[in-house]
Amino acid sequence: MHSPLDRLAHVTGFGMVTGADGYRYRPTSVEEFHDILRLAQTTGRQITMRGAGRSYGDANIGTESILIDISRFNQILHWDPATGIIDCQAGVTLEQLWRYTLESGYWPPVVSGTMFPTLGGALGMNLHGKNAFKAGPIGNHVLEIEVLCPTGKQAILTQNDPLFFQVISSAGLLGIILRVKLQMKRIHSGDVRVLPISIPNWDAQFRTFEELRDEADYMVSWIDCFGRGKHAGRGDFHAAYYMNEPSPYPITLRPEHQDLPDTIMGFFPKSVVWRFLKLLNNRSGMRFTNWAKHTSGKILGNGKPHPQSLVGFSFLLDYVPGWRNSYLPGGFIQYQSFVPADHAPRVFARQIELQQNAKLESFLGVLKRHIPDKFLFSHAVDGYSLALDFKITERNKDDVWRLAHQMNELVIEAGGRFYLAKDSTLTPEHFARALGEETMEIYADLKATLDPNSILTSDLARRLNLDPRA
Amino acid sequence: MPTKLIGTKAIIIGASSGIGAELAKQIAEAGGLVCTIARRVDRMQPLADQYPERVFPFKHDVLRVDEVPELFQKCTDTLGGLDLVIYASGVMPEVGPHEYSTDKDLSMVGVNIAGAIAWLNAAATRMEGTGHGSIIGIGSVAGDRGRSGQPVYNASKAFMHTYMEALRNRLAKKGVKVVTVKPGPTETEMTANLNMKGAMPVEQAAAKILAVKDRTGEHYLKFTHRIAFYIIKRIPSPLFRKTKI
Repeated sequence: MHSPLDRLAHVTGFGMVTGADGYRYRPTSVEEFHDILRLAQTTGRQITMRGAGRSYGDANIGTESILIDISRFNQILHWDPATGIIDCQAGVTLEQLWRYTLESGYWPPVVSGTMFPTLGGALGMNLHGKNAFKAGPIGNHVLEIEVLCPTGKQAILTQNDPLFFQVISSAGLLGIILRVKLQMKRIHSGDVRVLPISIPNWDAQFRTFEELRDEADYMVSWIDCFGRGKHAGRGDFHAAYYMNEPSPYPITLRPEHQDLPDTIMGFFPKSVVWRFLKLLNNRSGMRFTNWAKHTSGKILGNGKPHPQSLVGFSFLLDYVPGWRNSYLPGGFIQYQSFVPADHAPRVFARQIELQQNAKLESFLGVLKRHIPDKFLFSHAVDGYSLALDFKITERNKDDVWRLAHQMNELVIEAGGRFYLAKDSTLTPEHFARALGEETMEIYADLKATLDPNSILTSDLARRLNLDPRA
Repeated sequence: MPTKLIGTKAIIIGASSGIGAELAKQIAEAGGLVCTIARRVDRMQPLADQYPERVFPFKHDVLRVDEVPELFQKCTDTLGGLDLVIYASGVMPEVGPHEYSTDKDLSMVGVNIAGAIAWLNAAATRMEGTGHGSIIGIGSVAGDRGRSGQPVYNASKAFMHTYMEALRNRLAKKGVKVVTVKPGPTETEMTANLNMKGAMPVEQAAAKILAVKDRTGEHYLKFTHRIAFYIIKRIPSPLFRKTKI
């Protein structure tokens, strides 16, 4: 029996470097999920889960598999403003969450740099935000998930079930998350107080994070990867603090206060900005842009706290719509590694030296602080992560991969980790060494029990030997 | 060796001899993956033995159009995707100057037309959805005019040109490449007993076809053909009737 050809769609990861053709279904009810599982069994086809398609690499694509796109399975089932507990179908996005709850004084406990991920995708990857050093990944704030196993069984899991910590973080390979009950974060104002600090070098970066760790609610630092010598590690640090007393301006809790403007200075449409960005999106353009950003950060507002909307502070990636198009035609990859605090200064400095030696500097570097968690494929360590963006072209592709593999070795030697939502370059050996053999064995056992026919897959799973059928 | 073909996932229908077989060989040599489709599976086996990881032969008679949807999907599953489909099946039985053989003529309709429709419809359905890939139809300079020597062969290739043009008009805007190639006389089994002068070696023809695989449009394989057929197509019919072209 063949699958309907007209279901076929070509989808790519967010970085647009790799794509795959899959038979796409967009279920709207639990019954449809069961139907699709049966279809997979009768056609012998595997299933790849996809949320908003915001994972950068190949986690959300699966060559010739059935692609379950959960974006239409997006009803908010119950919301209780008294407790801040919200019950949602897995396709609900972070944007839906904040728009729904803000006026009651709640904000999602963990958000990524963009508001578009779905909860299902966010939990598959167990995403983190700029508050990772306090709040950990989003899975820490989930009270309950309902999971559909490829065998057709449905189960409700809470933090008392070991399986809860295994299904969350497993990149959609152990079960399909259908429903999520989440504890939202109480807030008193739609604004946060933001403290920008211009940072001259690596030492100052790590020192600032450690100094502000106890008092700040969010911390993130942007790194200019072109800085070398005594300027290596320069950048702009931002801490943000919730406003604890009731705000004198309750209007900040209205969605319309939060909405990002769609023009620059009131007239220039943001929708075309990426076309101008594209002109700068090369090595010399980005060297200049990074320098200009650092210099302006040093002169303007350095050390002066100012209020900013939560949306404006949280979702930097949504400022320029379609910004990723500036990386076309080749797309880009994101490389994020997590290194224990003792080794982070050495490893990250070396990573950037390697880039500079290869003339492949990342156009954007982002440093964050993390704490460990107990999820199966946990990416976090008691330390730091550095996220990097590399433009990919036909000519530089092999060199970028070689560079990434060199950087992987540094991370693994230091006891570091990687993040599947970002990954494009890991080999099965790198991944297994980072997580340890014990974790890989636990995964293999779980996969054999929960998904004995290896129905759930993705191109990432096939690449990292996480799909026994591949 | 064209590096562009590394990893290319191709289906070639009519890959047991002639241009199709040569295309399969060149794609496999260049590092591409190819499903070869033909009746004579034994003819395709040597290539598959040489590149067991990259060449996957399937036995199929293009007259069996009912088998196509299932086999098409078997191919895309085997390849793990699809970048290129080439319909290279074609027959040209010898037809005498006063012969009107319905059997011979319908064999051409079956292989050159019906088979092409079945396979390229499957390819078009898939690629319209994915917005990705190239479809190549092998036409012929013989399809540019109705000539006295091969009425139905000419007509079958003219069908191919028009059909491909229509597919192009549907699919090019979706990002799919739709390419018609019009080879002239080529040294293949089909033309072996025609004693043609100046026929193009099949290796050269296949290489030229692969060179234009992503260039949506109609392509002659020789610049002189382009000029000659530009003129031939424009000769008024009453005059054309009096020539021996």
